[in-house]
Amino acid sequence: MTELSKEVQLDLHRRMVRIRLFEEAAGSLAEAAKLPGFLHLYVGEEAVASGVCANLNDDDHITSTHRGHGHLVAKGGDFRRMMAELMGKSTGYCKGKGGSMHISDLDLGMLGANGIVGAGSPIAVGAAFADKYRGRGQVSVAFFGDGATNIGAFHEAANMACALHLPIVFVCENNEFGEFTRREQTMAITDVIDRAAGYGMPGVIADGMDVVAIYEATSEAVARARRGDGPSMIEAKTYRFYNHHGVQNLGLKYRTDDEVAVWKERDPIFSFEERLIELGTVDAEQIEHVWSDLRDDIAEAIQFAEDSPFPEADQLLVDVYSGALS
Amino acid sequence: MSERKLGYVMAFNEAVRQAMEADPDVFCAGEDIGAFGGVFGTYGGLQATFGADRVVDTPISEQAIVGLGIGAAVTGLRPIVDLMFMDFICVALDQIVNQAAKLKYMFGGGARLPLTITTAAGAGLSAAAQHSQSLEAVLCHIPGLKVVMPSNPADMKGLMASCIAEDNPTVMIKHKRLLGMSGQVEEDPYTIPLGVAKVLRPGKDVTVVAWARMANEALAAAEELAADGIDCEVIDPRTLQPFDMDTVVESVRRTNHAVVVHEAVRFGGLGAEVAAQIQEDAFDHLDAPVGRIGAPFSPVPFSPALEKYYVPDASAIAAGIRAAVDRPLLAG
Repeated sequence: MTELSKEVQLDLHRRMVRIRLFEEAAGSLAEAAKLPGFLHLYVGEEAVASGVCANLNDDDHITSTHRGHGHLVAKGGDFRRMMAELMGKSTGYCKGKGGSMHISDLDLGMLGANGIVGAGSPIAVGAAFADKYRGRGQVSVAFFGDGATNIGAFHEAANMACALHLPIVFVCENNEFGEFTRREQTMAITDVIDRAAGYGMPGVIADGMDVVAIYEATSEAVARARRGDGPSMIEAKTYRFYNHHGVQNLGLKYRTDDEVAVWKERDPIFSFEERLIELGTVDAEQIEHVWSDLRDDIAEAIQFAEDSPFPEADQLLVDVYSGALS
Repeated sequence: MSERKLGYVMAFNEAVRQAMEADPDVFCAGEDIGAFGGVFGTYGGLQATFGADRVVDTPISEQAIVGLGIGAAVTGLRPIVDLMFMDFICVALDQIVNQAAKLKYMFGGGARLPLTITTAAGAGLSAAAQHSQSLEAVLCHIPGLKVVMPSNPADMKGLMASCIAEDNPTVMIKHKRLLGMSGQVEEDPYTIPLGVAKVLRPGKDVTVVAWARMANEALAAAEELAADGIDCEVIDPRTLQPFDMDTVVESVRRTNHAVVVHEAVRFGGLGAEVAAQIQEDAFDHLDAPVGRIGAPFSPVPFSPALEKYYVPDASAIAAGIRAAVDRPLLAG
């Protein structure tokens, strides 16, 4: 931690706060019935996307999950286009055709949130193949949950990436639940990272509530990939503070309120802020400035989205194909 | 036009080779396509020319093979990925249907997906129920995909070149029983536009729509019927999605009869869609219901003794055409 420059420390903090504020705002809008469709919030897991993406350039690629807002925010996503997309507006990232589960920004190398569990990893392998093919030192990161490591697509992707020696980092966000079912009921191993060895790639466990731990683990994995030394995997032990979808956090049947409270004591943002203050990187007032500036950005984004038009009916059949359907 | 003859396999191969020569972003990946050249030889010699970085042997991992193509395509390359048998698309359907077909639309148009998936369909080799299917209707049902199924070497080369040049995910379906077919193929690179049917045989009495192996069987049936004074117009759509209905409907308005032939099972097959559209657009010109010829509703059997009854052949097609043409008009 002390080895990280002040600039990096502030960057990590800011990325996490951006995610938290975006997600809390999205949750409030959903509660007010202003967002159509499903909403899978990333709150609690901010350290993972932030610590990983702080190691990436705009031309590095990531694939995401159904819980994907945090990945796009961490990759530099624009609040206004994100908020508009969540509302189904024509000014959104996907012109209102994708929504929360397909939010993407190809210019930032974010190849899409994905509604199919595990489906992003094979696509990340393809992006990594292209990265290697072009030889420009780009890398790809596949984000996925613990639950996704039980589906075939993940295993095919991990094996192929290793067989082809591709510049990719597999980042497992182990939040201990596959939807509403505990991880230990769906796999007979305790640590997902045990699976990495089966494909011949190194794997490390990192504290997913500690943005510095994630940053440092990713730094090594990304450097390895850029060097041409092949894939590796990180298991980030983390937790989602809200429900699988929606904004309810307490009183759920599949986990106790006490369990949630224990994890929330380790809030990745607040704990990092305590460390920043202890180290003298910033003071409480400067931290509050970060929050208040970003709150303004969020409010402005919500206003932009609310003021934006819905797509017109003539957009229904646009972009099914590239070019004319001859 | 050269008089050069080339086989269906090498027509495919030549289209790939010429595309790879012209564009360094084109690469191929699939099971056994490298040193081995593909189980049907369609990728033969390409790795020797272009190297293992551009003609890539993959694990037996159909989902990851298609995902490899998607990820590479959306980040700027022009991949050709091979699924050895068409039956294996089922293993990769999430990547084909939920990912490749929808990415552009879901992302609001920003994505470009110049991906060609190649595969081999068709019964007639006693390959049994998991290596013989014609599943084109499954793919044609999915908005976002283009589906191509050529019936001869010249079309194979031009259509494959178009598939590679497409910025959309396109499935090129080879037919296993046409692998030995030879025909005149121009040596210089050329393309045949997707979505344009070809009239294989002009005729005035009945419009026969048939593709892939069935187009050739339909031509044989047409010869048989010509001897009896029935003049068939045989149309090969060549591309099944998008489907050139204009050419079909124009023909039916002249012939007043239509029969659709495919090797896939009849129920829910693409023939049902074609028949429905003919009836929507040419109802007043029809003298009889649109005939549909296809396989019975069963898995493809193994034994040659059964398989020969399963796949429509020229005589079955001729019988079907006769039934459509000979149906008496109701009085009044």
